[in-house]
Amino acid sequence: MEALLERLEGLLADNSIFTLQTLSYYGEGLVTTVQLVFLSLVIGLVAAVPLAIGRGSQRSWVKWPIFAYTYVFRGTPLLVQLYLIYYGVVFVEGIQETWLWAILEKPFVPALIAFTLNTAAYTTEIFHGAIKATPRGEIEAARAYGMSRRLMMRRIVLPSAFRRALPAYGNEVIFMLHASAIASVVTIMDLTGAARFVYARYYAPFDAFLFVAAIYLCVTFAILFFFRWLEKRLLAHLKPAGG
Amino acid sequence: MKIQKILSLGALSAALIAGTANAEVRDIRIGVDVPYEPMEYRTPDGELTGFDIDLGNAMCAEIGIQCEWVVQGWDGIIPGLMARKYDAIMSSMTINEERREQVLFSDPYITPPSAWFAPADVEIGTPSDETLEGMTIGVQRGTLQDNYVTDMYGDVADVNRYATADDMVLDMDSGRLDAVFLDFPIGKSTLLDSEAGDYKVVGEMITEPKEYFGEGFGIAFRQRDEALAEAFNQALATLQENGTYDEIHAKYFGEE
Repeated sequence: MEALLERLEGLLADNSIFTLQTLSYYGEGLVTTVQLVFLSLVIGLVAAVPLAIGRGSQRSWVKWPIFAYTYVFRGTPLLVQLYLIYYGVVFVEGIQETWLWAILEKPFVPALIAFTLNTAAYTTEIFHGAIKATPRGEIEAARAYGMSRRLMMRRIVLPSAFRRALPAYGNEVIFMLHASAIASVVTIMDLTGAARFVYARYYAPFDAFLFVAAIYLCVTFAILFFFRWLEKRLLAHLKPAGG
Repeated sequence: MKIQKILSLGALSAALIAGTANAEVRDIRIGVDVPYEPMEYRTPDGELTGFDIDLGNAMCAEIGIQCEWVVQGWDGIIPGLMARKYDAIMSSMTINEERREQVLFSDPYITPPSAWFAPADVEIGTPSDETLEGMTIGVQRGTLQDNYVTDMYGDVADVNRYATADDMVLDMDSGRLDAVFLDFPIGKSTLLDSEAGDYKVVGEMITEPKEYFGEGFGIAFRQRDEALAEAFNQALATLQENGTYDEIHAKYFGEE
């Protein structure tokens, strides 16, 4: 490790912008971005499953509130939602005195809430569409077996809907990664925050942003690769026979 | 022959001195770009005022010349000097090497101060590594204040960087920030004046070290007007000695 650091230092000796110091900003930024995006995606995904089932419910008191939620969060810019949650909570009278303030004071949790609500709304619609597209035949077959609605949902509808939703969901993950770039407006030092800092510090927009763009590309590539692998595994039955 | 030579030399030098004196006493015009509160701006009835204006007028009075202010947009302010639209620029112009190639600067007459601001009820001693430990500090991203705080206190305190001063004030209002480090005039107008009593200045005005805060503002002259620059430097020194400078400073920046 020591030797590695030394070699890195030697490499960077002639470079006035990418010093160990600024690289550590980028490193911490990458960690923050990945944490933020990963957590919001996981929570959003878990929340989206029941929401997507409810979205297709026959009961209007279940269906319409969920529709209103997805409509509002898909219909407004994420930046606006982030501002509303981060700066908006402070206008709740006396919030500073409650335990909530301890978690809302730092920008990370407000950003996580905004991102989670946003991705959950999109994921709900993706899953809803996939559930709706379940072939009638599969449902009739399940009914013929005498499955209850619950069992049918668990064994037949959801597994096949997840598979259908996979490509669209992979896109949502990538969108979310890129949308997270706005986190720096509420002072989070994510990847873009680090780039903006380096840019402002050294007046070097090209170096600072090209470097961060390369990091985003790498992360995106990893996500793409993961979903490609997942699709190969889960959608194997859709491949042409003998292929 | 020898005496004649000496006499003529004496006459020549007398003429030279007189010439210098003439250059000093001639009335001049000074270019200024408004508004940039509190350095130079107009009162509601259109009168020019501000720190630069008051100090400039006091200097002219000290030298014993009449000065007329000429309002000129920032972009054309140095070309206007070269084109003799006016003879000096006194408009919050930071002294730097690029400008030195074109113009002659007087001694710096002020370094715009930065200051720490904190909510009135937060107890912070004079800012240092110990007093700021674990605090959350707000700065405007990419400003010299950002560079200063990042280098000096980045290791002990959390530094939150904002795009605008308004966002920062909002976060300090809500209790997310323990202190902010700002250009003093901006902090004064957004925190001390508009939300009187809620905020206070912590510690002293900060203008050092130069590598962060710059060499300060200077009056710019044409390169050949060395005598004029010298006259202003002397006037500045006199005003700083006799207390007039401090009076004007206090008028626009408050008592230190």
